[in-house]
Amino acid sequence: MIAALPAKDIVSKLNAKFPGAVEEAGADAVLVKADSLLAVAEYLKTTDNLKFDYLNYVTSIDYYSYFEVIYMLTSLTHNRSVVLKVRCYTRDNPTVPSLAGLYEGANFQEREVYDLMGITFEGHPNMKRIFLWEGFDGYPLRKDWNR
Amino acid sequence: MEVNKDYFYDSLKLDRQEGKLIEKTKAASRKTIPDPDAWLDEDIKRNIVVTSLDWVVNWARRSSMWPAVCYPACCGMEFMAYLAPRFDGSRFGMEIMRASPRQADLIITAGTLTWKMAPAVKRIYDQMAEPKWVIAMGACGISGGIFRSGYNVVPGYNKIIPVDVYVPGCPPRPEALIYGIQQLQKKIAKAKAIPNLSELPNPLKRGKE
Amino acid sequence: MTTTQELSLITESFVLNMGPAHPSTHGVFRMRATLDGEVIVDIEPIFGYLHRGIEKLMEERTYTGCIPLTDRLDYVNAMNNNFAYCLAVEKLAGVKVPERGEYIRVITAELQRIGNHCLAIGAMLNDAGALGTPFFYLWRQREKIYDLLEMLCGQRLMQNYMRIGGMSQDMPDEFLPALAKFIPQLDSFMNEFDFFLKQNEILYARAKKVGILPKDVAINCSISGPVARASGIKRDLRKDDPYSIYDRFKFDIPTGEIGDCYDRYRVRIEEMRQSTRILEQAIKQVPGGPFRADVPQVIRPPVGEAYAHVEGPKGELGFYVVSDNSIAPYRCHIRSTSLINLTALRQMVRGWKVADLIIIFGSIDITMGEVDR
Repeated sequence: MIAALPAKDIVSKLNAKFPGAVEEAGADAVLVKADSLLAVAEYLKTTDNLKFDYLNYVTSIDYYSYFEVIYMLTSLTHNRSVVLKVRCYTRDNPTVPSLAGLYEGANFQEREVYDLMGITFEGHPNMKRIFLWEGFDGYPLRKDWNR
Repeated sequence: MEVNKDYFYDSLKLDRQEGKLIEKTKAASRKTIPDPDAWLDEDIKRNIVVTSLDWVVNWARRSSMWPAVCYPACCGMEFMAYLAPRFDGSRFGMEIMRASPRQADLIITAGTLTWKMAPAVKRIYDQMAEPKWVIAMGACGISGGIFRSGYNVVPGYNKIIPVDVYVPGCPPRPEALIYGIQQLQKKIAKAKAIPNLSELPNPLKRGKE
Repeated sequence: MTTTQELSLITESFVLNMGPAHPSTHGVFRMRATLDGEVIVDIEPIFGYLHRGIEKLMEERTYTGCIPLTDRLDYVNAMNNNFAYCLAVEKLAGVKVPERGEYIRVITAELQRIGNHCLAIGAMLNDAGALGTPFFYLWRQREKIYDLLEMLCGQRLMQNYMRIGGMSQDMPDEFLPALAKFIPQLDSFMNEFDFFLKQNEILYARAKKVGILPKDVAINCSISGPVARASGIKRDLRKDDPYSIYDRFKFDIPTGEIGDCYDRYRVRIEEMRQSTRILEQAIKQVPGGPFRADVPQVIRPPVGEAYAHVEGPKGELGFYVVSDNSIAPYRCHIRSTSLINLTALRQMVRGWKVADLIIIFGSIDITMGEVDR
């Protein structure tokens, strides 16, 4: 059974290693600050008793005052999963560091988030639109996009 | 694994050129293209008579229509089922799917058309030689179907290419597709196959075009 | 491989566009392949030709009204998508599905798995050069599955049969005997089919050691499904994270060792056999009773978010549903199997020839409806 790792275990470890990175810890999701996302993800991937080496999905949601980018990581060896969330509070040019260097599976999904929601990922090797054509006006999945 | 970010070409520039083409197609396709053979539908009811040479040519054309490869989406599954042994499509002459549109004379549009795909379909249609026919299959082909309000969906193939027969369904059963093809065959049987020689440009008269 | 530089011939690599309308690209998939002679140096996959904006359309329909949209995602096996979506919404709303509904769900999911593998194997052999013969033989089995599903719910393809809390109608009485008659016939057909192709030397030459996907690359690229299992990752969500009632059935998980095209083909054949095992057990255990929980047609789940995934025939298909207590989902993201399985295509294909590209692409088994959504 893939047990969702309770957020408190992760939070205590993260607080010890990266003080100040964790903003909030919900019931099963951990909210981290955008600039420490890469360090946290690398720590979660490489530490022996955590070893979250499989990225399930990358998605984004538009709450009107902020964007939220959500990652779900699974550990195949320990059979556990954890959800990481990152927020950006600007609407004009929101940026989040990219995990495409760590997890190759994030490559297409981050391009999709850029294409449909407009969030740029720094450090992505090929930040282009993936589904819509270059020259499409706007980002359709935003709540304030009108056709 | 390091990612090779430099392709041998500038992919962003190519993408921008194609984006301009898509925008141009989108701007030019606001109105429905009317069916050029619409007058035939009334005449089928009145049973017009064609000459015997026309009849032979029409019989040859309608009994061996070769479809071009164009199956974007879910209706492609029912199209494959139509070609499969149970609803044998080759008994109507459609044995071979031609990959090259220059060798085909029928497009059965089996799927939703998106604005990104529209220039490609127009190019396939333009490459086909006369006489050519189009069957719009499924609700997405007729009017955009369940996805009509999508931002990337063309509301029907008849905005891009002229359509002869519309087959409704989502997806239409292979029997419905067979009925649509038989209607098209009736339409072809009434068409004027041999053109009037006086209407064609005369290659012997030089300088007077 | 001997490149042309070694022959002291001045050459350039050129870019070949394998366009959206191509007989073997399984839908509208486009690749810009950079070739050095016949050898592939790099490919750039381009999709979006079937992008219908389903995620945006789902925000405008009720929860039950989104179910026909999910049918059209992975159109080869429609009810699987319904399954994943209904699981996510039921998790959000806290709905418990009655036993009979669960059993019907498992039966239809396994039938769809067999049908999907029929198409996948047939299409891959089509690409390998067996122009149509195994494809049409397997399509006969798919037609028999269509007949069963039509008996069940009236539609061959886009069934729209599952609802939040169960199924929309009950199984007719003649369905289970018909299914019991279908399974031994499928078993004998699979044995005959396997006998012809298992040690076929053409298939060996074209598919063995071609397009090898190593295990660590597969994990890094988030591959799931038969492609991952052929590379040696023993992960099946029906066993690792059991959903619905899969923990009551005994079945094995076939894995491969190397991760080449031949291994993916073998894994799919073995999975079809395991699916018939599950079906035989399920037929004996189906109880009577209600098939749907008492849920209003227009439900309003409480504020929150939920993610549910199923082991689809192509891999892990998941739905991430966010609700704000209104009649339509606030946001619904589809974790699409085929899009993520395509991440590894670039690494699998480098160094092979164009003909191998076709069979490698066919062995990943993607559906463009799911890639583009």
